[in-house]
Amino acid sequence: MKEKKVIALLGNPNAGKSSLFNQLTGLRQKIGNFPGVTVDKKTGFCRIDAKTDIQILDLPGTYSIYPNSLDEQVVLEVLANPQHPEYPDVAVVVADASNLKRNMLLFEQVSDLGIPTILALNMLDVAEEMGISINSGKLSKILGVPVVELNARQGIGIDGLKHTILTQLETRKTHINPPIFDEKSEAIASEVRKKYNISNKYLALQYAAQAPKLMFLGDIAQKDLQTLVEKYNFNADAFQSAETIDRYHDISSTLTQVVHETGVKTETVSEKIDKILLHRIWGYAIFLGILFLIFQSVFSFAEYPMDLIDQGVAGLNEWLKSVLPESALVSLLTDGLIAGVGGVVIFIPQIAFLFAFISILEESGYMARVVVLMDKLIRRFGMSGKSVVPLISSMACAVPAIMSARTIGSWKDRLITIMVTPLMSCSARLPIYTILIALVVPDTKVLGIFNMQGIALMGLYLLGFLSALIAGWMMKLILQSKERSYFIMELPTYKMPRWKQVGFMIIEKVKTFVFEAGKVIIAISIVLWVLASYGPGDEMEQAEKQVLTENPNQLPEVLASKIASVRLENSYAGHFGKFIEPAIEPLGYDWKIGIALITSFAAREVFVGTVSTIYSIGADPEDESTIKDRLRNEINANTGQPSFSIATSFSLLIFYVFAMMCMSTIATVYRETKGWKWPLIQLGYMSVLAYVAALGVYQVLK
Amino acid sequence: MKFPEKTVADLNIGEKGIINTFKDPVMSLKLLEMGCLPGTEVTLDFIAPLGCPVGIRVAGYHLSLRKREAATIVLKPNQA
Repeated sequence: MKEKKVIALLGNPNAGKSSLFNQLTGLRQKIGNFPGVTVDKKTGFCRIDAKTDIQILDLPGTYSIYPNSLDEQVVLEVLANPQHPEYPDVAVVVADASNLKRNMLLFEQVSDLGIPTILALNMLDVAEEMGISINSGKLSKILGVPVVELNARQGIGIDGLKHTILTQLETRKTHINPPIFDEKSEAIASEVRKKYNISNKYLALQYAAQAPKLMFLGDIAQKDLQTLVEKYNFNADAFQSAETIDRYHDISSTLTQVVHETGVKTETVSEKIDKILLHRIWGYAIFLGILFLIFQSVFSFAEYPMDLIDQGVAGLNEWLKSVLPESALVSLLTDGLIAGVGGVVIFIPQIAFLFAFISILEESGYMARVVVLMDKLIRRFGMSGKSVVPLISSMACAVPAIMSARTIGSWKDRLITIMVTPLMSCSARLPIYTILIALVVPDTKVLGIFNMQGIALMGLYLLGFLSALIAGWMMKLILQSKERSYFIMELPTYKMPRWKQVGFMIIEKVKTFVFEAGKVIIAISIVLWVLASYGPGDEMEQAEKQVLTENPNQLPEVLASKIASVRLENSYAGHFGKFIEPAIEPLGYDWKIGIALITSFAAREVFVGTVSTIYSIGADPEDESTIKDRLRNEINANTGQPSFSIATSFSLLIFYVFAMMCMSTIATVYRETKGWKWPLIQLGYMSVLAYVAALGVYQVLK
Repeated sequence: MKFPEKTVADLNIGEKGIINTFKDPVMSLKLLEMGCLPGTEVTLDFIAPLGCPVGIRVAGYHLSLRKREAATIVLKPNQA
């Protein structure tokens, strides 16, 4: 027996399942989902009445139980397997009332599987605007199952739904479906039923029709079913086609009795908006304009809160050092921990802005238009218009982006998308970009309105995007595939973004960024502080003595700073940095940057934290300037030039545009491609690209 | 000689047609599922700036598909 009853939310994409899920579960969600499409199932809990808690399962949107892509496959895996731990006790099919006919197909299939079903009519307000009214009482009578009216966005009708779920858990009503079986399918279904002991005829037929997709059956059963299909000469495609047509006939005859259309069809607001946003010139101009706006605001609006945080961290450190006694522990806290964490916290405003924009693009329905605008262009580069969603959302983070590539039906399109997505600059690169751009690009206005630094930032993002296209194009030449793919996609109507939803997502993403990145950064900061504060044997002391004897007449401040820097040079971290220096010298990096390169291999955002820790330790203890100032004043001991000269800074920028420095992404690619082959190839090609490009930039600018 | 059949890809913007059959059986499964049934009226809504994909209005909503895919939806001959 399952502990809690499971209620599954099913429905077409955009029918409002996720809104309903949030309404039912509130914030009691077990796992948060990534932005964009629900590509995996999510579960949450809901208290229905004083003594009943139920588990709510939110499944990816699908038009039928015949999957065309991996995200839709999840639905079939749950519904076709009554032994599945999340097999629903009751299914709530959420239907977009403004397009009830198409939404009813899935309803019929689900209830034909013998799962007690509730039909939830959502978006009745939209339907009303279109002059459609539905007699839900009569519909419920005809279907034989409860029909509930909902407004999932505003939370209207939720209590009624909860009550209906309770009733359905007891009465377990199912809809009597139209006869869809012919002689052949009848025969094969009955043999499958006997052989696998299945009571439901439609489920048995799914075993025969979709055996290769039902992984839970195991190899042997899948092969046996294949043999059965051949024995009966059963044509699954023909059956599916006939089934769909029969069901639509039945749905039509039901709906003519309950749906009343006023018939006056005026051009809807969405159609008017599309005339502009999909216009052959304005469409692209507006899209570019929106991207430009995003970059400008990520850079300029976010600057004020960022400066405050930067000064706040520096102030906190200064204050702590003044009130606490000088000791190794205080140094660990201030130079190690606070400097490292401060390097990350400062980027919260930018990341919040970026996620806000992406979430608004998705919420409003504009992302689907971008897919249409870009399909033909991007197809030349081995991808599909649908790859635009992963590519754009990887400007926030490549991990959810790579997962959202599951909606791409064709394996080759999907693989290429996965392989090039990490080239898009993610939010973890933003800290590196920001700080280096601030060092070498003047903060001036161009043409009166554009900020030079904003333009430089956009340039780096564009470079990432262009290289993703080129990489895609090259992979298209290498990977040969005869697989068929299609694009067929619903264009949702435009909607006002739900601001609460946007707000939730920003908070959730910032939290994830701070805690996930924070954990790694704190750990690395501590290790780094130890490695930078201690050295093998008494090398550090020896070096200090040498400085004292060589410079007997120096001013105390200059001497203190010299000592600090030779101590760092002779520490463990210094030795590591020195060890790899020959390999990175041609790129313009000294051993201090080398340390940061090594630590940021786990995650790029560690770079800034490491740099600020290293330079805090290496700096004059009295000097509590901000990270930016500290980097600007740093001198490369080998060349006598500033460490972050124009050539070195651009070389670093280019290095981070291309380098695949993110353990989470490697792990995600491994999981999504089910093996080490593709993540290793990806790591290899991106590393070579990063090294060669950074080398070129430094040698040219030097 | 038989006239070439008219497909959704041959429609002009704003022009209507009635779906007759499908040329591609595998593609037709997806199209049927999306409500493109024989006998249903389709209107060509827009052609994307580069000529592909195209947008159609069918069964009360908007669907976007590639031109090559639209060319598999055969329309009923006009009863002029």
